Amino acid sequence: MATTVDAKGLSCPQPVILTLDAIKTGNDKEILILVDTDASKENVTRAAESQGCQVKEVSPDGDGYRILFERGMNRDV
Amino acid sequence: MQRRNIFATKWGIIGVGALIGILAPVLQKLGNPGNMGICVACFERDIAGTIGLHRAGVVQYMRPEIIGFVIGALIGAHLFKEFRPRVGSDPVIRFFLGVFAMIGALIFLGCPWRALLRLSGGDMNAVLGLAGLSFGVWIGTLFLKKGYNLGRSQVVRPPAGWLLSLMMAGFFILMLIYPQVQGEAKSGVLFYSVKGPGNMHAPIIVSLSVGLGIGFLAQRSRFCTMGALRDLLLFGQMHLFGGIVALVVAAFITNLILGQFHVGFAGQPVAHNLHIWNFAGMALAGLCFALAGGCPGRQLFLSGEGDGDAAMFVLGMIAGAAFAHNFGLASSPKGLGPHGMAAFVLGLLFCLFIGFTMSRKNA
Repeated sequence: MATTVDAKGLSCPQPVILTLDAIKTGNDKEILILVDTDASKENVTRAAESQGCQVKEVSPDGDGYRILFERGMNRDV
Repeated sequence: MQRRNIFATKWGIIGVGALIGILAPVLQKLGNPGNMGICVACFERDIAGTIGLHRAGVVQYMRPEIIGFVIGALIGAHLFKEFRPRVGSDPVIRFFLGVFAMIGALIFLGCPWRALLRLSGGDMNAVLGLAGLSFGVWIGTLFLKKGYNLGRSQVVRPPAGWLLSLMMAGFFILMLIYPQVQGEAKSGVLFYSVKGPGNMHAPIIVSLSVGLGIGFLAQRSRFCTMGALRDLLLFGQMHLFGGIVALVVAAFITNLILGQFHVGFAGQPVAHNLHIWNFAGMALAGLCFALAGGCPGRQLFLSGEGDGDAAMFVLGMIAGAAFAHNFGLASSPKGLGPHGMAAFVLGLLFCLFIGFTMSRKNA
């Protein structure tokens, strides 16, 4: 089961803040972020990768995207 | 995986920043005011003047760069299927953040883009402005850490997402119907400066083309001056910061080549050297940009891609320019406007009120 964060409709930088919170506080191996703009998709992906997470899948989801990544070893957010 | 957007890579944002840094001094060479090849705040203020929202005779011109920014972003968003009509993330608050952002920017005399261009033209007053901008954005990050946000937008039908672009297109048509007549202060319904910065401009076709090009590229790359500082302060992330560094370096070199680099504090074009107020004005503007999630340029590009909340911020800035000049809040090279200090205090109180009341525990 993945931690799911719905960041749809939220403007910059909320999706990134929520992503970093999820990486910092959750315990699930996988984290799923829902976003509705391409800019948010890029920002969330970049933020996750900067924390050592591995992005497994970015797929279209209605008007937005589902970004699934695996928690990295680096928990020092 | 989705198609990769090369403009959103590290070299993409650096390239777009550098291109803006080259084109802005060239626009100045072709006629735009000193260290104001591009200034989103000043140019929106000029648009407010040309449509008669304020009657400051020296700053009235329909700036095609602004029109191009919005429509270029609209074209980019449609071509790459990124047009997302949306609105509803506290649009009224965003309107007033735009109003006070403009008031702060006009105390300093420039938006973040112009602060960077002033620096690269040798205007050392810009150092105070950029320090103030960073300070204001830093205050904004403290609110973000407390959980500040303006809530979710909703997907809406396309017309709401097209309206600001349509307004800009309408403005351009007005400019063609009522073109500037040399030496005349009015042409049809539009006001035109016969002297001052409002009378200094590059040829329309050049201004529009550069605006469209930058609008397209900035939409693709997500170029944002406020975001550059915010991401650095909040996340330690350098991505967007690379864009503004590239802008300054490229503009500095271009200014040197064009003979437009003049270092100093005194006698700089469309600038004053009241250090505290250069700092304070940009601090207020920076806080407003941070609370609204984007610099004035980014708000134009977001408007083009359908963001009605960003469009409200843009309209707020245009209204703010009207307040600033009608009420004597805007500075001039002679110094502060008669009520600039009062407006600064009011703006700061407004931002603190919004910042505290819109943080998570109060949501």
